[in-house]
Amino acid sequence: MNTTHLIRGMLILCCLTLAAPAFGTTPDAALPGDSVYQLPVVLIDQDGKGFDWRSRRGEPQLVTMFYTACPYMCPLIVDAGKSIEKALTPAQLGGLRLLFISMDPTNDTPAALLALAKQRTLDTTRWTLASPQESAVSTVAGVLGVRYRKLASGDFNHTGELILLDREGRIVARTEKIGSKADPEFLAAVEQAINPSQPTLKVKPTETSR
Amino acid sequence: MQRLAAMLLLALPVAAFASDVVWVQMPAGSFRSALKYEDVPITQVAAFELQKRPVSNGDFLAFLRAHPQWQSDHVASVFAEPRYLSHWSGPTTLGSEALPEQPVTQVSWFAASAYCDAEGARLPTWSEWEYAAAADETQLDARTNPAWRERILGWYSRPSNRALPRVGLQAANAYGVQDLHGLVWEWTADYSSLLIASDNRNQGDADRLKFCGAGALSMNDRENYAVLMRVAMLSSLNGKDTTTNLGFRCARNVE
Repeated sequence: MNTTHLIRGMLILCCLTLAAPAFGTTPDAALPGDSVYQLPVVLIDQDGKGFDWRSRRGEPQLVTMFYTACPYMCPLIVDAGKSIEKALTPAQLGGLRLLFISMDPTNDTPAALLALAKQRTLDTTRWTLASPQESAVSTVAGVLGVRYRKLASGDFNHTGELILLDREGRIVARTEKIGSKADPEFLAAVEQAINPSQPTLKVKPTETSR
Repeated sequence: MQRLAAMLLLALPVAAFASDVVWVQMPAGSFRSALKYEDVPITQVAAFELQKRPVSNGDFLAFLRAHPQWQSDHVASVFAEPRYLSHWSGPTTLGSEALPEQPVTQVSWFAASAYCDAEGARLPTWSEWEYAAAADETQLDARTNPAWRERILGWYSRPSNRALPRVGLQAANAYGVQDLHGLVWEWTADYSSLLIASDNRNQGDADRLKFCGAGALSMNDRENYAVLMRVAMLSSLNGKDTTTNLGFRCARNVE
């Protein structure tokens, strides 16, 4: 290895360190070890605003990974988010935020994210569509347990899931049952996360409403 | 003689902590993956560099000294499960179960990624790994050679509770890379892309999702157990998981 190579390597390292906070650094003692917020992630939202997802600590979040050009799966994930929204009371809604993270940051610019938010009439006081840096996609997917593969066409194969984070960023529930009808078990977990003092209603498939 | 002893003394601690990292130039190429992807029949691999040997316990210890947040008593559980480096005698001591020259195992994907990051590198992709691992000592693609397959299967059938050999003992393959088979299994950057449901649009049909997931893991080459077993293993893991025979090596782009 020659010196220029070494210097170049060091420069790359420096730039990487500046661009993205290295994960695993200085764990917050008060933050639980199994919190996804152990991973610092800078996101750019549909308004072009940058924020670290760790700033979401303190409020339960409905999180998923998606991309705006996604033809089939992602519209259903948005539907699933809306179905949860619909099933909650206004008071409950005040305690929940939805964070949709793109796996395609190159194409999912703020403009693309905003266009989708408008097209799907998403209330952006509650919904955030955001892109991480390209280099952070795999680690974000890693802590969220999302599996994906980029196809030659530019599309992605990916698992479609809604993931519920509690106030501390711990994954407390996830559902693959996505679509226009809220998954009852998942919904119960969401209600529990919003208001932990309330006992969870156990919903059994055999139960019928009065 | 005295001089030699002094030189040895100087050299030994270095040798005990970190082996010399050697990078092998991997030429660009294309090959038919043993995995059947729905989008690309032939996998293209750009030129890259791959570490000649898997990362050793000594290498990893040197990394931990410089990056204490990855020591087993500091690391957040979201990045590494409790078995992380549990065969070491302590957070920064190897002990008799983890000799410096043995490949490091019981490491999570997050920790392996962080190690490569610190080297100015990254984990290889699955395609890069499969491309490099298709070679034997004389052929760049030895996968149809029954002897090559036999040898790898022979390794798989060895009990895994036996102590791991040192890194770099096996003959290099035709590219000059060692230990891609016959020592440890290795993390890839995209381990989580290896099992993908091809269609999970059907609401509430979890069985269908699983079926599609299994379907997505179809093989071009069903005889290639060497690859099949790796894929099955990697696809079952989460990023914080560790196993007793799973290690890693780093790769980097060629500019």
